[in-house]
Amino acid sequence: MIDLSRRTVLKRAGAFGVLTMGLVTGLAKSSNAMAAQWNEVGFESKVMADALKALGAGNPVESRDIAITAPDIAENGAVVPVAVTSKILNTQQISIIAEKNPRPLMATFDVSSGSEGYISTRIKMGETSNVWAVVKADGKFFAAKKEIKITVGGCG
Amino acid sequence: MAEPMKIRATLQGDVADVRILMLHPMETGARKDSRGDIVPRHFIQNVAVTHNGKTVLDAQWSQGISRNPFLGLRIKGAKVGDKLGVTWLDNKGEKRTDEATVSAS
Repeated sequence: MIDLSRRTVLKRAGAFGVLTMGLVTGLAKSSNAMAAQWNEVGFESKVMADALKALGAGNPVESRDIAITAPDIAENGAVVPVAVTSKILNTQQISIIAEKNPRPLMATFDVSSGSEGYISTRIKMGETSNVWAVVKADGKFFAAKKEIKITVGGCG
Repeated sequence: MAEPMKIRATLQGDVADVRILMLHPMETGARKDSRGDIVPRHFIQNVAVTHNGKTVLDAQWSQGISRNPFLGLRIKGAKVGDKLGVTWLDNKGEKRTDEATVSAS
């Protein structure tokens, strides 16, 4: 990914001449190591439907091949452990959405190439809500949900 | 300067079970300090994990990930001694990279 963007950048620099070179290498430098993509529209979305749209996942199909491992009741909303396992073939991406959070999209994990369809993390939840795992596999979107009850919210 | 991550990777069969603990405040931008001022949003936006130099996980995070984030993943086709690299980048441009090797369970 790094090499690719670098190559594109260099190619463009060649095409547009030396003048743009400094500018373009500057850009390449600031985005080194990670291409630093960040789905701003998705992460700033205030409702789940908009977040799904920003993921390109309009209407995901509910699937039993996705398992969400999380407590039924979480006492502390600031630290809610959530693990997602996708048994769907060619799982490329796993996203976690906490439906009633002020900004529902919690995270997106590109898991293709070498890592299993498994991810584990800890999220903050403001109130009792469904937590969704949205999985992209072979370009199609699938989803599963689990309700997690929150005793003390952890968004503030 | 950000604190080093704690990375543990143990081999189970040919799968490396990787657990990463990062030290970061993950401020949501909604919390107020003792003076009642809003603490600005400060959170990790990107995390990348490499296995022997090849990217195996590329994550994008929101401020909704808990303080001192935990990340668990499983890497296929791993061997004892394989090198893992973890890099995070936050919304203020701060960055940290740490390395670890896969050990026998």
